[in-house]
Amino acid sequence: MSDAMPGDAVTIDNYEEQPVVLDVDHVDKWFKLPTEQSTGLKQAFINWTKGIKGYKRQHVLRDVSFQVHRGEFFGIVGRNGGGKSTLLKIISQIYYPNRGSVHVEGKLVPFIELGVGFNPELTGRENVYLNGALLGFTHDEVDAMYDDIVEFAELEEFMDQKLKNYSSGMQVRLAFSVAIKAQGDILVLDEVLAVGDEAFQRKCDDYFTSIRQDPTKTVILVTHDMGAIKRYCTRAMFIQNGEVAAIGDKETVAERYTLANLDIMREEEARKAERLQQERSEGKAVYPNGLNARCPVLRTYAISPLVLTSDEKFCFAVEYEFNESDDFYLAIALHDIRRGGITFDTGAHNERFHMTEQGHHTVYFEMPLDLFNNGEFRLFTSLRTPIPGNTDTTDMVAVALDDNACTFAIRDPRNMDYALINTRVMQIEPITEEEALAVAAQTAANEA
Amino acid sequence: MTVLRGLVKTDFKMRYQGSFLGVAWSVLKPVLLFVVMYIVFAKFLRLTDRTPTYPVVLLLGICSWQFVSETIGIGLRSIVDRGDLLRKVHFPNYIVVVSASIGSLISLGINYAVVFVFALFQHVEFTWRVLWLPLNLLELYIISLSLALLFATCYVYFRDIAHIWEVFSQIIFYAMPIMYPLSYVIDKGGVYASLAKLELLNPIAQTIQDIRHNLIAPATQPTVWNTFDSWWEKAMPFALVLCVACLSVYVFRRNSKRFAEVM
Repeated sequence: MSDAMPGDAVTIDNYEEQPVVLDVDHVDKWFKLPTEQSTGLKQAFINWTKGIKGYKRQHVLRDVSFQVHRGEFFGIVGRNGGGKSTLLKIISQIYYPNRGSVHVEGKLVPFIELGVGFNPELTGRENVYLNGALLGFTHDEVDAMYDDIVEFAELEEFMDQKLKNYSSGMQVRLAFSVAIKAQGDILVLDEVLAVGDEAFQRKCDDYFTSIRQDPTKTVILVTHDMGAIKRYCTRAMFIQNGEVAAIGDKETVAERYTLANLDIMREEEARKAERLQQERSEGKAVYPNGLNARCPVLRTYAISPLVLTSDEKFCFAVEYEFNESDDFYLAIALHDIRRGGITFDTGAHNERFHMTEQGHHTVYFEMPLDLFNNGEFRLFTSLRTPIPGNTDTTDMVAVALDDNACTFAIRDPRNMDYALINTRVMQIEPITEEEALAVAAQTAANEA
Repeated sequence: MTVLRGLVKTDFKMRYQGSFLGVAWSVLKPVLLFVVMYIVFAKFLRLTDRTPTYPVVLLLGICSWQFVSETIGIGLRSIVDRGDLLRKVHFPNYIVVVSASIGSLISLGINYAVVFVFALFQHVEFTWRVLWLPLNLLELYIISLSLALLFATCYVYFRDIAHIWEVFSQIIFYAMPIMYPLSYVIDKGGVYASLAKLELLNPIAQTIQDIRHNLIAPATQPTVWNTFDSWWEKAMPFALVLCVACLSVYVFRRNSKRFAEVM
């Protein structure tokens, strides 16, 4: 690690002063996917005689251009199949672009899949040297970083054991340590933050935080995890369907990514609803999960945008169809997707949600969000009828699940990501010793 | 270079992995094989040109051919076998094929050492022609590596190549004077003599004959030099080596960028 001062760290404001170490210029990439099953000489001959190509073109990256400057921690996010991994392989020069060019300045160390070329029959030590050689380091260079690698992997006693006797966690740790302790200039990491146990992860976390301060090391990180992007990156890029959908400030990119994910979720839900609608119109009595003949429609959907700040109110609608009586309740539960658990529930027979109109109707609600930190939430609505002679609870007729539930996200620069309740509405206050003693006395008195 | 050394080391270690005698096998195996062959061919079959050095000539030919067929046979699969590596890191992928060939080169060295010991027992007289050997070996290495590169490229696209090579290598093995003395065929005269001359134009046969001629038996081993008169006939095998080398380097370089995707 260099002995740079933290003050020298490359940030979003000064990265352009640093030289460009990775230049991806109008890169296009497509693959030929064979349309026939076999790939032998016979098939090639048959295709040739038939005059067919035998493959179809899959366009994976379209006109991707970006530059990474020295010292940056550059994040790339995107959904599965969006072209991230292909891009990473092109950066690492494992794949070659069909159009455009990639220029790398300095030594690039890729960590794309776990255990690059590890051989189970060799010892840990031999594997480190072989791995180092494959990454382009000489024997002496590996000598210099060997102790560092072993120490980081915490595998001192196992280095002379064959790799096949390692647990999978140990192998992963060793591979990862080689990649990050190798003295390369550019480190390319793919989806590796889920490596190892908690202690090892914390160690990686510390390492990333420190490397971020180092103006000579450049890191390119590909992940689904928005949290990682926010913690470590100076800049980020969002790749969607093989194109650069957003690049620059990590907050903006994270926003776009969340939004895109919600969009896709909503599209899927809409498609599913449509299909159900169609099936029903064809005379098949199919009800979505949670609904039934008594209550064929119960749906919660957003009126507000799906990403809101804490100052805004989330406005939503509940659409229902219920024809049995004029006396029933709606119960709405707020589920915290990120942290798990039900954050809030209106209760089974809240008078405010006592419905008096049967038939097919829509009712509208709004909910303040100023209590919460950032997160993704989901609203579930259930329809309930009173049980005669029982005022404590109600009978659930139907519940809006899956695509009938509605998802939204809170994003606010003032918010934190971790806890549920933000510090503006709740604080823990310091008290004096006297006050504490007074409370203790009171407690003792009550117990006595 | 470091990569090459690492890969060769790994391959070599893997070869005798888990065996009791370990590396000793690399010497023991050719010794045992040679003893068997010596007994079968020289004592029982008497397929010889009746010179006392013939058994050594025979062994020399067999182990030279073994080098060629091993380099091509292993080299051909090397790219695909190391596919997981090529898909994860970027390094010049010809190194994988070269490392396979160096593995065979090591066994060739060991085999030659064993043959040399046999030769001493047979009282072979060495001449100044031994100085030609490095060039002969270089030619043998170039032709083997070229074919390995060419077939390895094909193998990425068409696995059929492995089977084709198996059959093909048998054909050229018998179309070369390895198990039989070339002089024996030439002496038959007529069509056979012409065919025998034709055999010498095959660069592998030409090199092996040169090696035998220069190392052991200058008097009894016909080569391209003392069989043909015109210079263009003498140059033919070398031209072939050059052509194959250029072709395979061209084909390999053109396709090597796409190996990681195609596999």
